[in-house]
Amino acid sequence: MKSETHISELRPPPIEPANYLNADHGVKSWLFTTDHKRIGLLFLASITLMFTLGGVFAMLIRLELLTPKGDLVSADTYNKLFTMHGVIMVFFFLIPSIPAVLGNFLIPLMIGARDLAFPRLNLLSWYIYLAGAAFTLWAIVSGGVDTGWTFYTPFSTAASNTEVIKTGCGIMIMGFSSILTGLNFIVTTHKLRAPGMTWFRLPLFVWAIYATSMIMVLATPVLTITLALMAIERAFGIGIFDPALGGDPILFQHLFWFYSHPAVYIMILPGMGVVTELICAFSRQRVIGYTGVAIATLAIAFFGFLVWGHHMFVAGEAAYAAMAFSFLSFAVAVPSAVKVFYWTATLYRGSISFEAPMLYALGFIGLFTIGGMTGLFLAALGLDVHVHDTYFVVAHFHYIMVGGSLLAYFGGLHYWFPKITGRMYPEGWARLAALTIFAGFNLTFFPQFILGYLGMPRRYYSYPESFQTLNVLSTAGASILALGLLIPAVYFLWSWFYGPPAGPDPWNAKGLEWTIASPPPKENFIVTPVVTSEAYDYEVAEIEPGLFYEEAD
Amino acid sequence: MSYRVERMPEMQFRDLEQQQETAQFGMWVFLATELLLFGALFTAYTVFRYFYPAVFAEASHGLNAVIGTVNTAILIVSSVFVALAVAAVKSGRRKAFLFDLSAAIFLGTAFMALKGYEYYEHYQNNEFPGLAFDYAVPNAPIRQVYFFLYFAMTGLHAIHLTVGILLLVYVLVRAYRQHYSTAYFAPVENAGLYWHFVDIVWIFLYPLLYLIDIHH
Repeated sequence: MKSETHISELRPPPIEPANYLNADHGVKSWLFTTDHKRIGLLFLASITLMFTLGGVFAMLIRLELLTPKGDLVSADTYNKLFTMHGVIMVFFFLIPSIPAVLGNFLIPLMIGARDLAFPRLNLLSWYIYLAGAAFTLWAIVSGGVDTGWTFYTPFSTAASNTEVIKTGCGIMIMGFSSILTGLNFIVTTHKLRAPGMTWFRLPLFVWAIYATSMIMVLATPVLTITLALMAIERAFGIGIFDPALGGDPILFQHLFWFYSHPAVYIMILPGMGVVTELICAFSRQRVIGYTGVAIATLAIAFFGFLVWGHHMFVAGEAAYAAMAFSFLSFAVAVPSAVKVFYWTATLYRGSISFEAPMLYALGFIGLFTIGGMTGLFLAALGLDVHVHDTYFVVAHFHYIMVGGSLLAYFGGLHYWFPKITGRMYPEGWARLAALTIFAGFNLTFFPQFILGYLGMPRRYYSYPESFQTLNVLSTAGASILALGLLIPAVYFLWSWFYGPPAGPDPWNAKGLEWTIASPPPKENFIVTPVVTSEAYDYEVAEIEPGLFYEEAD
Repeated sequence: MSYRVERMPEMQFRDLEQQQETAQFGMWVFLATELLLFGALFTAYTVFRYFYPAVFAEASHGLNAVIGTVNTAILIVSSVFVALAVAAVKSGRRKAFLFDLSAAIFLGTAFMALKGYEYYEHYQNNEFPGLAFDYAVPNAPIRQVYFFLYFAMTGLHAIHLTVGILLLVYVLVRAYRQHYSTAYFAPVENAGLYWHFVDIVWIFLYPLLYLIDIHH
């Protein structure tokens, strides 16, 4: 008896294998980390906070629009609500979402590197993001801003009496974070690929982040300067946008959209990358048309730089310029459609299973298609005059940003959650949440297409009574959407601590990130992997072992 | 030139060579983003000059073309010294390396001093929008735009040159402490690249701002 007790006392507690989460402990080990995986999680925490705030603003907007009269908030407050909703969701959630969280976590794992090229710069980019967010929150606390997220001059520089400069500074600072993240990804993809990881063996997610990074690096500085000029004009009464000072307000719109249209592709391209990975993993097929998807990714990034003028069709743009921009906007649809066709072709004859990430991916394809097709309505010069500045536009870009980017982000979070945490989330709840989000989203935004087509303008806090039914539907949808978004928040937190262990590759998926332990060790790969095939060799693995060896002989 | 400390590559690199290549590539990507930063201002300049060529030509007489020309020469010579410094560190000539760096820093500072004097002149001549500007003259709003662009473009350039000078000072201090060798000189090359970029921006600013109407 005595000796037995002795032995059980000596038996060591079950040891968790060393990984990036338990390698160091304490707040300091997180605040000064240069590990790309931890920085990805720091971004996850901060953008989740901002997303929640932006979501609260969205709910307040929808509640105000429940009734035709302005009764919940005043007109001024309403202007601030939609502005802060746009600013936070665009600059502090969507733009960093997939690149800074999933990109940060996955790029080195996917290309077989131990970290990004510049780990300290990576950490700096998180701190810069925090500084930008702090400025913007300061602007909110000191009264908010009411110009719309577009800051059109001369209203923003001469008329508005809200916190334009603070918000502008916040966005400018955030821009530097975005530039540094993009720079880091470009250099990493070029220089740190493992031996044998050629460009056309890269996972398409890496291609997508690479193209996104190009846009971040080349478009963001233009926004930086534009916002700086706007702030100077507002602060000192000197400048180049206000006609009273000899300036040109359309110039502001050109410069602003030179960034902000490509920014749409910063939001959607990473989503497309995620969806490509999900489609392959859950239809157990090599992606059809790898090269086509890769080239379409670059083509979208390239054309994205040439279409900004379609935001100014009714702003006094020259007729020939408008025609060129209209044509080029139609041209973007080609590579986008190419991708949709390749995804559906990959699904065809695949052995599809409907795990939660796949539900998000399928939702993405449908909603992105609707968002993209309605984009063509807006690119058409004649039709745009009718629906410009109506809820049709609002519905269109929410189909891209929420139906596209947000769904892809959630799909990606579910798919790589086991890799990030080493644990599984509850599949049943996750499917329920995915379906709730899909239903809530469509109920929110589909009525807005009709509202816009009927002529309800955006950015008004009251509307004629004939629009009420559709607005009530939209608000009901927003409530369902909010509920759907709360479910993952709960089970992700729960599974992080109590979920069943996932193992290195719970999806039986391919790609370098699934060859290492979950959660990954601190320096990712103990031995640098040598890559001999592309990331999607599903067919090879599906063949039964005996047959495989026979053929190999 | 000898190592003071044996330099090891950082964890994510195979060897020191890969690390240096990566650093240099990073600087090129950074310069691409810088190019677009100035690009927005060049676009604004192009638009306004296209709309108001006569006012821009007239307003450009307010600039001191002599100082502008001298400053251009100063920057070109400074770039030569930076190029010589990079060549010197690569071939291990320590004295030449330190001298070339110091000369470039001196020239950069001289440029800034002359630029400061020019700004002071504009202030005295009421050509400084925001601080002292004469709105009574004909075409004052467009003149205001010209001078605003002049200050925005040369000001952004001056900020970059200041950063460049600080970078070279940092490299000089590290060079003095023997941090660089014929095997490790990526920071020197990168500071040099940055310097040349800032120099090239000026090469465009000089004719666009100073020489619009010089034949009169």
